[in-house]
Amino acid sequence: MEKISGSQAIIRCLQEEGIKTIFGFPGGAVIDLFDALMDSDITNVLVRHEQGAVHAADGLARVTGEVGVALLTSGPGATNGVTAIATAYMDSIPLVILTGQVPTPLIGNDAFQEVDIVGITRPCTKHNYLVKDAKDLVATLREAFHIARTGRPGPVLVDLPKDVVAKMVDFPEKKPIRMQNYQPNYEPHPGQIEKACKKILKAKNPVLYVGGGVILSNASEELTELARKLNIPVTMTLMGLGGFPGSDPLSMGMLGMHGSYTANMAVANSDLLIAVGARFDDRVTGRLDAFAPHATIIHIDIDPTSISKNVKVDIPIVADCKHALTAMNAWFNNSSDFNREQVSASHEPWLATINEWTKKHPMCYLDEGDIIKPQYVIEKLDELTHGDAIITTEVGQNQMWAAQFYKFNKPRQWATSGGLGTMGYGLPAAIGAKMAFPEKTVIDVAGDGSIQMNIQELATAKQYKCPVKVAILNNNYLGMVRQWQELFYNKRYAGTVMEVTPDFVLLAQAYGAVGLRATKKSEVEAVIKEALATDNTVIMDFVIAREECVFPMVPAGKATTEMLLV
Amino acid sequence: MKHTISVLLQNKPGVLSRVTGLFSGRGFNIESLSVAETLEPSISCLTLVTRGDESIIEQITKQLHKLIDVIKVTDISDSEYVEREMVLIRVKAEAQTRAEVLRVIDIFRGKVVDVSPKSYAVEVTGSASKVQAIIDILKPIGIQEIVRTGTIAMARASKK
Repeated sequence: MEKISGSQAIIRCLQEEGIKTIFGFPGGAVIDLFDALMDSDITNVLVRHEQGAVHAADGLARVTGEVGVALLTSGPGATNGVTAIATAYMDSIPLVILTGQVPTPLIGNDAFQEVDIVGITRPCTKHNYLVKDAKDLVATLREAFHIARTGRPGPVLVDLPKDVVAKMVDFPEKKPIRMQNYQPNYEPHPGQIEKACKKILKAKNPVLYVGGGVILSNASEELTELARKLNIPVTMTLMGLGGFPGSDPLSMGMLGMHGSYTANMAVANSDLLIAVGARFDDRVTGRLDAFAPHATIIHIDIDPTSISKNVKVDIPIVADCKHALTAMNAWFNNSSDFNREQVSASHEPWLATINEWTKKHPMCYLDEGDIIKPQYVIEKLDELTHGDAIITTEVGQNQMWAAQFYKFNKPRQWATSGGLGTMGYGLPAAIGAKMAFPEKTVIDVAGDGSIQMNIQELATAKQYKCPVKVAILNNNYLGMVRQWQELFYNKRYAGTVMEVTPDFVLLAQAYGAVGLRATKKSEVEAVIKEALATDNTVIMDFVIAREECVFPMVPAGKATTEMLLV
Repeated sequence: MKHTISVLLQNKPGVLSRVTGLFSGRGFNIESLSVAETLEPSISCLTLVTRGDESIIEQITKQLHKLIDVIKVTDISDSEYVEREMVLIRVKAEAQTRAEVLRVIDIFRGKVVDVSPKSYAVEVTGSASKVQAIIDILKPIGIQEIVRTGTIAMARASKK
């Protein structure tokens, strides 16, 4: 067999997986790999900070459903990536992170730029490897991709010592991967499906509670079919937005801490909660004993550890969401007990109650003359992009307003750090998304605080002619924490006042991007239109009502029905 | 409640750290842990004793199973099983207590494995409670050092 260098073998593995773009930052330990990349058809996007590399790969993975790849050097390169790896882990995003490592004879020696990245990332990766022997290199990389994308997806890190990568290796033909100790279960148990479906037929007040698993398993169509077939209202978690069309009459929007009044009331009053690819996170459930107190709970999830972790489940279905929903749809289609008109009609009183809740407390905000309300900016973004843009966010108020007021009608048009809540996620993720879909409008909804955490990536956007748009909702505060201080800490704004914030318009210009500013409501539309029409990276600086809060809000530790409203 | 869990895992560097990291990261208890190679050198068997209510034990077994390097997880205490632990005890044995120590060791079917003018080193095997019992008995005489292996366990074979 013809031998090739370890670095060439790594590149061939990437090509084998269909990888066209990776995100990386070089260093001594990975020079060989960067050198080999130059001769390949794979584009390396040179980021300005390693956290940006992994977030960008994550953004690409979320919008495409493919595995994102980042390439970092040893030591600080690898540790700089850790926050972003943990971000992907919490949201189950398939990534393969390649890190350089010092040569094997130096491992454990406190060598220059040496760090035990496998040890550091053990709790925040799905799995990780240190390749000590060049003959394991190819098999390990193939296994890494397999683990990252199958089952409940997640980031897999492969640590590559410099001498291993430099060795000559065989490149055997790829065979289907079978691991004795890792066999995720995709197919639902037919008995559980039947039990669940029969329960659904008996329910008077059912609710579908949809999480990121529906997006990850590409099950939106099957979910939409089920909801419409049975006339069941749907609420989505932050991660599940787009899993069901946001403008569908059955959509109640997001639930949980900043969810809609309707969604939280519906869950609290439901007699059957059908959780699909969701994990009963504390931001969703609020006080646990008051969460869906009257409901029987059906839970579909591919990860058995998610089931009965926080909330006791009555009918667990361990399976891929797409497979399980397909089986449920088929059961209803073939069941003589199921009469579509009759079931739909039987849910009408429940839907009428739900509509009453929406009428009483719709998702809304108070207009204040020509002051810019952040919610208005999001509504305008939605309107002027026809709800069709890819939206990424930073974390905090900006993220919640984007989640509440942009109508996500399709899966994979929304990338946000849900589980970890990582400020600085949005801009690099937008770059990753734009690299995957150059023809689509990609907007990072940001705050003036979080945008500064990875603002250096503006240079990356410029270098790769990646005209992402950044909409900064600028209130000169770390707004979400300030909101908690206003509501629960006697307005003592400790550490949340941004006394110095750069002039974002000038800053954009310094990077060769375009900076636009709106200080009045009447200017918002023109700014967005100009940004969308500009073939360049654009920062839109919206100077918003400083002390606007995100409502509804369920205070931490309270029941989800105890909402603070506008 | 106490549970004894047996885990088969890949015999590779870092695997034990994945298991212990899981316990510390998620706030589960480990009372004892013992690990060694099986007949198949690429696979290790780990026995751990932990405490928790039903839902915690369910999470522990599921989370262990989720680790990629873990092959099989069995809660042995779900069925009939035998458990053993070994302890080495260095106990003070001076003129007036030497005979007494030997009698105690005999009652527990222990063995003296090291002798010095002022102490015995004793080996005792049995269930964790038996091991605890001899420790409690010898304590007043003067224990200088103990080393316990932690429990190992095996499910009983079917009697049918």
